[in-house]
Order: sequence, then structure tokens, then C-alpha cells
Amino acid sequence: MQVPAPFEYERATSVDQAIGLLERLGSSARLVAGGHSLLPMMKLRLANFEYLIDINPLHAELGYVKIQTDEVRIGALTRHRELLESDELAAAFPIFRDAERVIADPVVRNRGTLGGSLCQADPSEDLSAVCTTLDARCVIRGSAGERVVSMEEFHVGPYETAVGDDEILVEVRFPRRGGHGSAYEKVERRAGDWAVVSAGAAVWITEGRIVDARVGLAAVGPNTTGIPEISDTLRGNAPSEALYEQAGAIAARSCDPSTDQRGSADYKRHLADELTRRTLRKAVERARS
Amino acid sequence: MTTVQEPKFTNFDDNDQKPVGFGRMLRKEDPRFLRGRGRYTDDVQLPGMLHLAILRAPFAHARIVSVDTSAAEASPGVKLVVTGAMLAEKGLAWMPTLSNDVQAVLATDKVRFQGQEVAFVVADDRYAARDALELIDVEYDVLEPVVDARRALEAGAPLIRDDLTDKADNHVFDWETGDEAATEAVFANADVVVVEDIVYPRVHPAPMETCGAVADFDSIDGKLRLWSTTQAPHAHRTLYAIVAGIPEHKIQVIAPDIGGGFGNKVPIYPGYVCAIVGSILTGKPVKWMEDRSENLISTGFARDYIMRGEIAATRDGKILAIRTNVLADHGAFNGTAAPVKYPAGFFGVFTGSYDIEAAYCKMTAVYTNKAPGGVAYACSFRITEAVYLVERIVDCLAHELDMDPAELRLKNFIQPEQFPYETKTGWVYDSGDYEPTMRLAMDMAGYADLRREQAEKRARGELMGIGIAFFTEAVGAGPRKDMDILGLGMADGCELRIHPTGKAVVRLSVQTQGQGHETTFAQIIAEEIGIPPADIEVVHGDTDQTPFGLGTYGSRSTPVSGAAAALVARKVRDKAQLIASAMLEVSVADLDWAKGSFVVKGDPGKSVTIQDIAMRAHGAGDLPDGVEGGLEAQICYNPSNLTYPHGAYICVVDIDPGTAQVKVRRFIAVDDCGARINPMIIEGQVHGGLTDGVGMALMEMIAFDEDGNCLGASLMDYLIPTALEVPDWETGFTVTPSPHHPIGAKGVGESATVGSPPAIVNAVVDALKPFGVRHADMPLTPSRVWDAMRGQATPPI
Repeated sequence: MQVPAPFEYERATSVDQAIGLLERLGSSARLVAGGHSLLPMMKLRLANFEYLIDINPLHAELGYVKIQTDEVRIGALTRHRELLESDELAAAFPIFRDAERVIADPVVRNRGTLGGSLCQADPSEDLSAVCTTLDARCVIRGSAGERVVSMEEFHVGPYETAVGDDEILVEVRFPRRGGHGSAYEKVERRAGDWAVVSAGAAVWITEGRIVDARVGLAAVGPNTTGIPEISDTLRGNAPSEALYEQAGAIAARSCDPSTDQRGSADYKRHLADELTRRTLRKAVERARS
Repeated sequence: MTTVQEPKFTNFDDNDQKPVGFGRMLRKEDPRFLRGRGRYTDDVQLPGMLHLAILRAPFAHARIVSVDTSAAEASPGVKLVVTGAMLAEKGLAWMPTLSNDVQAVLATDKVRFQGQEVAFVVADDRYAARDALELIDVEYDVLEPVVDARRALEAGAPLIRDDLTDKADNHVFDWETGDEAATEAVFANADVVVVEDIVYPRVHPAPMETCGAVADFDSIDGKLRLWSTTQAPHAHRTLYAIVAGIPEHKIQVIAPDIGGGFGNKVPIYPGYVCAIVGSILTGKPVKWMEDRSENLISTGFARDYIMRGEIAATRDGKILAIRTNVLADHGAFNGTAAPVKYPAGFFGVFTGSYDIEAAYCKMTAVYTNKAPGGVAYACSFRITEAVYLVERIVDCLAHELDMDPAELRLKNFIQPEQFPYETKTGWVYDSGDYEPTMRLAMDMAGYADLRREQAEKRARGELMGIGIAFFTEAVGAGPRKDMDILGLGMADGCELRIHPTGKAVVRLSVQTQGQGHETTFAQIIAEEIGIPPADIEVVHGDTDQTPFGLGTYGSRSTPVSGAAAALVARKVRDKAQLIASAMLEVSVADLDWAKGSFVVKGDPGKSVTIQDIAMRAHGAGDLPDGVEGGLEAQICYNPSNLTYPHGAYICVVDIDPGTAQVKVRRFIAVDDCGARINPMIIEGQVHGGLTDGVGMALMEMIAFDEDGNCLGASLMDYLIPTALEVPDWETGFTVTPSPHHPIGAKGVGESATVGSPPAIVNAVVDALKPFGVRHADMPLTPSRVWDAMRGQATPPI
């Protein structure tokens, strides 16, 4: 059994109370949600915090999936399992179910949350790629009120986000438009492993033409990245294999993977291409059906 | 990409036939495991017990300049801090390994691998002990490490073992077997010679339960009780007596429930010794339990053989000779657990299942700045490496000859009439009939249909591979004239006592780590003496309660201890027959044994049960002249030879041409382990071993960076397979009894771990044939398969 260094623990009673605690304790405190990244790091003593503020009691307040006509709003404490099992969410954005099926294992999915995944900001993390693909907006609350940032603004660097020491990510919003299809694919060495590379694609098709398209990749650079050049290339065109190939080539050339135990940089670049093509193909199929 | 298989309903009714003897029955030990009532080392709680944590080296190779423990000693709850220097004063800083080398208990001069033990803290609880580790200030002078075994013997390579007098380089041993000149002569005249460099990378057994111990030394009566995660409690007790100077009768080693061993729990680790020292110095019980990272970085690894395989054959596919040159990475201390005369374990069986003219192996073992061990992972003493070598090189030959790999194997098998068969490296295979086993596997697989399907798929650009491995193992060490570990002969004792009411207790010298001994051994006794398994208590794992023996590893429990159990039961039955003859007033010769009772010949109505006899043996009435009361016996069994199980494995894989991911679609395993005691348990062991094989073939490897940092220090980095990576296993069997084993059984515990990696690798290489691939090394991760597809396969180290 690995044991962490000493820390104090407090259960949050409301979002405002948790923000108050964060303001008082500063960077020595950390919120714990699902805990599946934070606690292993503390047990390995790679992360040491004096205070843990447990926000799991706020699940009733921050755990929800609200499907609206023009937007989907998901509370930051919504668990992977809830995302996986929501038929409404799968109908609105099929990419969510694709991704959730390959995230970790049931034990992690039972506790891990959307907000925790995004705030961990691991470059290999799957939901960050999903949120990038869907052009999500993150709602961050502090004592002064709420602010809304894009995924590009949210991710400051590996393991670094725009959320301040005294703030909480409370909600993630996803704009809805007609003619949508999306998909997610992940290559992993073993079920439950972090991605070697994964890719998400979303398209919006009207009258046979791509009105908008986005691709989000994970594990091929310091941060999950949306690639504007792919969107520019796809927009206004009718879907075709040649177009997917172009997009794949852009993905391969735009990403910045490094060689590690999961694979060589060359292989990851190849996967960025291959998975971009596969997910675009599937996203278009879904948009059409 | 993960796909989730539809669950299939399996009917388990057949698994509990309640046999009085051999047959399918549910495991007697399972109710306590399934209900969470197993009692593992970490469950042991003693009054006043303290907790021990070990400070480990952050560097692979560094000189210790100074160690300051003052802050740790002042930390709350800390009772004791011990360094290597303190152990050296007591003569305990070094201990012998199982291979007649020495290993540091706590480093005194240098650290020689990352994760090596440097100091320990004993405190009120585990948290206080762990917190205090951070307060120990060690100053290191970092030295250049030896990471690549190929460079260990280069001039100017850093000297790792400067503790050994007269050691000027990193050489451990040279070893050879077979006939070099005769082999060279065959190679020189052969039509076809194939050479391939084949690496079996370092892997780790990674048992679910890590290693640990609770030491309780009673200073009044001088007795040490040690609960520990050991596969060999008796051997450990003797070694503690020799090392620590505690009289052997004052040491009780208890191996409680063990959460998997796979060889990882054969050696004595420094942590066990630290726990003993901690208890002696504090006068309190002391518990040490490794965490997962400590287990992965510091305990017995497996494999790490860099092999060159060579095979000589005629143009029409008759294999003539096999030759290999091996570079073995033994880590910083030679801790290989193998019989003393076998420094390379049983690697000498690398000639496999084939009747050839000549064979030769030359091996060099070296020290590197990596964890010691080299023992383990269900390898039957290095047979895993041997079988991988021969089954890979035979496939390379098939590739060169453009011959079907099944046909090539069938053409070269040792024939049934040749048994007992002495190999060109001196191993005497006891029995075997290989072709029916191979044919059964091919029938189950639908081999011809698979090849047809493969041809169609290849025409469409799809990648499908069919891999075959045929193995012969040598298990059940071993005859004591040849085999000992540090002077202890590899024989095993067994005691059987029948209680007055006809229930029984059998005491074993071997220790289960999940193999199901409490069931299997009850069945062996039941088969011989007719008492139902439910009425037989199996006692094992406690040196004060069981006869001496060398423990469970190398698939030796059934071949050695299983024989002892059968023979001790027959001894009891012989005595029971004497008593029965008095009870029935007939001569011994007039009695027939009808499993559970003696019946008067020609008068089936006249009989006595074993239960009647047991009561009589303990009762008030007279016994025949010369027969003592009681019904019990004891034996020590020394096997006359090893047993040689064999098997034919066929693996079918599909590879995604776009992502290079390998999917194991089917796996057919036909095992021949001689007589089958409990087929359900055999299948369970085979399933586990096959899963292990998927891990080794596709994902597992303990890697190091150039500074000697271990890159496999957690189960996030060191991958072990899950149910999602494996297919529904298709198992079959043939039965070729061992002629020298009393019930004809052979070992099976490691067969699948030995046989499956080459089958899987052969399947992947077969799938990649359109790319001209003849060999690719494990682990075949998607990235490495992609490299192979582009003609850029590289060794993993």
C-alpha cells in the first residue's frame, strides 16, 4: 500500500463554501472530485497538498446533463458513467459515448468526473479532446462571479489550466447545431491505458456540404489541440475520401508527438493521420443518418 | 480500440462432480477467498505491532558518501532507524543469494540498482514510517551505470561488483551445454542454415499481492515467528538459520494465504531480513509490506536473455541441429533461483520436441545496474526462454523453406517409440506422444480452413496470422543427486493421519499461491484411500506443522509433492489392509481394495470401510501382531527424474493494417500433463498462463532509460493484460502418463506461460508475412508492429 504525506481533509457543503475555503487556503489546497488522478499522485508523493476539499457532496448541484435546443450543459461533477449512460447525450453528441467506452475502466468511470478530467489537463486525456472537438466553453466560478472561456483558453499547458487557485470549474457548455455527426477513436496498448493517440471529429452538414468541422487530438503534443487548418479545409466541401486524406495529412503534420513507452513519434504522427480519417468518415456517416 | 465481447452463458454445473478422487470439483479454498476471508500476510495483526518502511536508492549506480538519520529518528512515532553501516556491525549487511552470490541487505558502500534498499525505519504505523523516510539524508556520488548488457564486458565498463575480491569485470559466469564440435560439423554440411537474433525482454511476475513479512521475535524463549510471502517456507527457514544464526528449531516460518507467486516469492528479499532485525531490536512484532512500485522495481524479475538462434536443416525440412549463443542479464546480484548445478536453469531443453543430430549452447551472464533475480514468472527455470527460442527459430526455418510450420513440426517430432528419449543436451524425456496432441489442436482450430481464410484475406489486403508453438517442458525438480538449492536436496515430505472417525489430515511441504493445493491434494489422497475430499484437511505453509520440503515453483508441486501424497496414502492403505484382515478374519492376500473399503475376495458382502478400519486402529480391540495403533504414515519423496509435459498451441490474430493493433482472435491450447487430477483446476491454470502469455507477447516489459531508471515502476507503466485482451480460451487435452510418477501426473502450472508467447509472436509474424517479416521481438505493441510492417523492426533493448 502506498501512503500519502499528511494532509487535512474537508467536505464541501456548497460551491460558495468551497470557493471560500480555496480563497483562504490558496495553493496549498486542492479540490478532489473522482480522485483517480490526484490520489495516486499523492500516494506516490508526486503531489503534496496540505488540504483536500472534497466536492463530492456537491454532486446534486454540479452533476447534470441538460440537453437544450441550442446548447448542452454538463455539470463539472458529472461522472464518466453518467456521460456514458446518457442516451440523450449520445443522441446529441455521439462522440461522448464513443469516448466514454474507452476511458479507463468501470471503477474509474464510476467516480471520475468531467470537471476533474479537464482540470487534470493531462495531454493524453480523452474528454479534453472531446471538448476541443465540440468547441466547448468552460464556466469557471470564483467569489467575484462566473467567467466563460474556450477550450483553447482553458488549457494553459500540460497539467495547467485557466482555473485559478480560488476558482472552481462548474459547468461545460456545448453549442448545438443541426446536421451534426461526431465520433471518437483511441489506440491504446491495452484496455484502460492512456491513449497512444486518440482523435475526435465533429462535422455539421447542411445540404450535402460541410458547414463546419472540428478535429481534436490527444497525446500528440503538450496539449489537446484543435486544428483550425483542418476546419478551414473541410468547410464548404462535400465529404469525400480525398478530403479525409487531406485532413489526416494536416493532422499528422500539425501535431507534435514525442517518443515514449507508448510508441514512437513517427507512429503517433501516423495515427494522428489514420484516426483523423477514420473519425471524420464515421462522423459524416452519422451526420447523414 | 476496445471492443467488448458479448458475454456467453457458461454452465458450471459440470464443475462439481463431487468425486471421491480425481475429477472436476470446486476448490475447497474458494469459499474463504470469495467471501473475503482469506488471511494474507498483510492481514496479520499482532498486539503492539510496529511498521517498517524501506528507503530505496534513487540512482542505478552511486557511491554512498554519507547517511544522516538524525531527523528521521526525531520524527513522531519513529522507534528505530537502521542503515547499512549499522547492519554491517552485526555482520548482517550482506546475505547469500540462491545462486551462491551475495546481495546487500542494506547498501553499505554503493547502490547498484535503482530501488536498492538503503535504510529502514520502524515506527508506530505505516504512515509515520513512510514520512520518516523523507527525513533521511543520503549523500550520493553518482556513478556511470551499466544498463546495456551487451556493453557490460567492454573494457572500461564501470565495475559494479567491487565488493567481490578478485572481480575485475562484470562477468558472472560462462556456461555451455551440448557438443560444440559435432554441432559445428552438422552446420557446416547442412543445406539450409537460418540465423536470427531473438530477445526475450525483462518482464516481472507482478503478483497481485506484493511481498511482505511480519516478524515476531520472542526474546524470552528466543523464538522467531515469521509470517511471510514465501513459496518455500522450509528452505527459507533453513537459510534464516544459516544467515542469522538463530537455531533452526527456534524459527517458525508461516506462509499464510499467498496472492500469487509466479516465482516472485521464491527468493529471500532484504525486506524480510529487515523485518526480522527490526523485531529483534525493538522487541516488538514488525510488519513490512512492499508497495506496488517497490515490488516492480526491486524484486525478482524474469527473462532478460539476448539470444542468437541458429538452426540447420535439409532442404526438405529435416531439422539437423540447433545452436544458440546467449547473453544473460542477471542484474546487480546473481539471485537466480535454480538448482545449483544449473546456473541457466533448465535452458538446456532448447532442443524442444524435435529429434535432431546435434545441439550446442554457449551462454555468458553479466552483471548490470538492474534489480537482481532472474528467477521467475512461471518459467520452469528458464524453460520459457528455451521454448521461445526453439519455437521462434523453427518458424524462421519454415519461413525460409516456405513450408507450413505445422508440417515442419510434424516432420521432426521425437517419435513415441523413442521415449525415454535422451536429448543432445542430456535431458531424458520420460514420455510423450506428440503427433496426436498436435493433430488435436489442428482439428480444434480447423487449421486447413484457417489457412484458406488467411489466403483470401491476404488477397484483400487484410492481415491475419496463425501461429503455432509446440513445447516440451521439464518440471518437477528434482532428483536430489543432481538438484539442490544451496545444498538442500529438492525432495518433498508428506504426512497423512487418519483420525478415529475416518476423517484425515495431510501435511504438505509445498505451499499454494493460488494453485488449489487444498483441493488437488485432498483429491490425490481421496483417490488412493477412498475418503471424500471434503473429509480431508490439507495443511501447508507452516514449518512447525509440516514436513520438510523445498516448496512450490517450477511446476514441482504435483510431480514431487503429489507423488509423495499418493505414496504416503498407499503406505496408510497397506497398514489399513493388515487391520482389515484381522477385522474380517481373512489373510491379507484375500482382500480386494474397492476405493474406500476392503472386500473379501469372492464374498462381496464381507467388507470393512476405511472409516471402520480407522476406528479399529484407534479403538480398544486387539490389533494384529506387530501392528501399532493409529493410522498414519510419513514419507519423503525423491523423484527419479523430472516429468516432461507437452502441448500444442495455436493462436489466430488479426492486425489492423491502419493502426497495427493486434487482436488475439482465437487461442487453442491442447495440453498433455499426464494424469489429470482436477481438470477444472488444470484449465484454470492454463487460462491464467495463456493470459500471462498475451501480456508478455504484446505489452509487458521492464524497460530502463540510459541512466538506469526503471520505466516500469507502476501498473500504469508496466502493463498486464485484462479480460478484454484475451479471447475465449479453447482448451483440449491428451494424456500421456509419466512412467515414473506414482499416479502418472506431470506438472502443468507453467505450461501455458511457456507455450503461449511463441504461439502469439509466431501468429503476429505470420500475419506480417506480406511485408517480408521473418522476426519481430516482444513486446509487440502497436508501435513496434508498425515498425515491423515498414521493415524497421528493432530489438526492444
